[in-house]
Amino acid sequence: MPVSMDTDTRGHPNPESIAYGRPDAAKRRPFLARLWNQRYLQAMALLGLVWMILFNYIPMYGLILGFKDYIGIGSPLGAPWAGWSHFRAIFEDDQMSQVIKNTLGISLIKLIVGFPIPILFALFLNELRSIRFNRVVQTISYLPHFLSWVILGGILTAWLSDVGIVNDILMGLHLVKEPIFYLGEPQYFWTIAVVSDVWKEFGWGAIIYIAAIAGISPELYEAATIDGAGRFQKMRFVTLPGIRGTISILFILAVSGILNSNFDQILVLKNQVNESASNVIDVYVYQVGISQGRFSYSTAVGLVKSVIALFLLLFANSVTKRINQSSLF
Amino acid sequence: MILLLTRKRRTLGDVAFDNLNVIGMLVICFVTLYPIWYVLVNSFNDGQDAMSGGIIYWVPRTFSIENYTTVFQNAGIMTAMGITIAKTVLGTVIHVFFTAMVAYAFSRRELIGRNFYMIVGTVTMFFNGGLIPNFLWIRDLGLLDSFGVYIYPAMFSFFDLVIFLAFFREIPDGLEEAAKIDGANDFSIFARIVLPVSMPVVATIALFHGVWQWNDYFTGLLYTNKEVLQPIQTFLYRVIAQSSSNQMVQAVGGAINRRVTGQSLKMATMVITTFPIVIAYPFLQKYFVKGLMIGSLKG
Repeated sequence: MPVSMDTDTRGHPNPESIAYGRPDAAKRRPFLARLWNQRYLQAMALLGLVWMILFNYIPMYGLILGFKDYIGIGSPLGAPWAGWSHFRAIFEDDQMSQVIKNTLGISLIKLIVGFPIPILFALFLNELRSIRFNRVVQTISYLPHFLSWVILGGILTAWLSDVGIVNDILMGLHLVKEPIFYLGEPQYFWTIAVVSDVWKEFGWGAIIYIAAIAGISPELYEAATIDGAGRFQKMRFVTLPGIRGTISILFILAVSGILNSNFDQILVLKNQVNESASNVIDVYVYQVGISQGRFSYSTAVGLVKSVIALFLLLFANSVTKRINQSSLF
Repeated sequence: MILLLTRKRRTLGDVAFDNLNVIGMLVICFVTLYPIWYVLVNSFNDGQDAMSGGIIYWVPRTFSIENYTTVFQNAGIMTAMGITIAKTVLGTVIHVFFTAMVAYAFSRRELIGRNFYMIVGTVTMFFNGGLIPNFLWIRDLGLLDSFGVYIYPAMFSFFDLVIFLAFFREIPDGLEEAAKIDGANDFSIFARIVLPVSMPVVATIALFHGVWQWNDYFTGLLYTNKEVLQPIQTFLYRVIAQSSSNQMVQAVGGAINRRVTGQSLKMATMVITTFPIVIAYPFLQKYFVKGLMIGSLKG
């Protein structure tokens, strides 16, 4: 996050303010006069500050709930302290190992399968000779991103039901003998979650790679052609290296988000029969917290998740910085 | 022959590759579009006929618009649709205006405390209270079972502010200076001069937020119990997650028609719900591609 350091209050000439034609004398005016002068600006900024306090910072403060015993009545702040007991309880929670296994399992497969597909799609899209066809394919590929998970959930429940299209095709091909209720069988859940996620997001995920490919200098391709490189060689030695920086940044960000299972998706596809494969951290927090009313315990679970996610993000951020310095600029 | 020679030399391998590539892309388009086509076809098919067995793959077997007339006559679904439209329009207008306004203030170099404001905002990108503290605070604010719960907590986003910021930096200062000399205050400079020249970024954020508002089912699920306040996506979630088609028939209640089934009504509702977005997004494509670039580079 670039935060520029130009609020110089000691009256030193600020090269930027000169460059923008603001006289240096303006900086030397008394503080209160300057403040009064920008009262409208301050009011606009303060409204944003008030919103952030109200809807970001107060809920953050609410995390102390994890250290209290709150049963849902009265003010959370008045509840008795519970120390670390809720955090200790996480380790004794029977369901926790299953929840972690599902979260990491689904996320890892999504990463391994879902991450390369947009890259491959962008690479092959770039090889299309017709610009118009390229545009049409691109536009179509974005479409599923704009559908909600509820709609997709509706399609999936229809397709995967025992009288649905999937059973119809598989039985027609004699691959299965009896119709299967796929969403009711835990062993299929991860596959369904991964495939539907890839279907929904591959085109959207490719946008950034397509833009990166468009930024590669055509001279590189011409040089490669003169050197006698074929299509695959150009893809391998010109296009792919040209977007390597983008790939590494997005990969690291994807790794840092590994504890975020897609809540909207899982909540739609989850049911009581497939629970052993579909219960992920976010859904668990929702069900224990909201449905069962164990506010303090689920806050503690959510807090542990956020802290781990934050470390992953900071780690990812520092790695990104290093890669940017060494390989891009 | 001459034409062949003067064209860029393509080897046999090249030709094969190109053709396979086009075929592959056509397959991808089919896989992407077919599920949506399937819903469309089934929504226009007689419900009882669809129940009678066999999958309707390509075109309606017994064409009927009864699913749609039933859905449109249902007061509950129409109320839900109204809530969705209201929350999308109001929510998007307020979100874009408010976030842009704060972003404009943050973008001005002379803003006293600018670093402080930016740090306070940046923190919100990395920390949040999480589900339960948020829920309890919204409850204590008295926003449960009120329309405001769709608007106020979604009025602002620091991520979107960063995108606005990147755009506002590009606006030439001369534009604002001229207005200032004419005696305009900072708010009217923002509203009358800056915002109108920022339409590309406004369109981007409006699209992102509008799609989110339109598709969001969780806010309705978490914060409202009143049926009159539930948006169409929450209604559909309840129908689909309970995974019983009878739910749909029950929801549609007394106005039920013998030819329609829960499944066919579900399909028609899904089409109606998705239609506006599918119509709108191709036209906004050039904006969101650019917005996505700024967002991912700066965020």
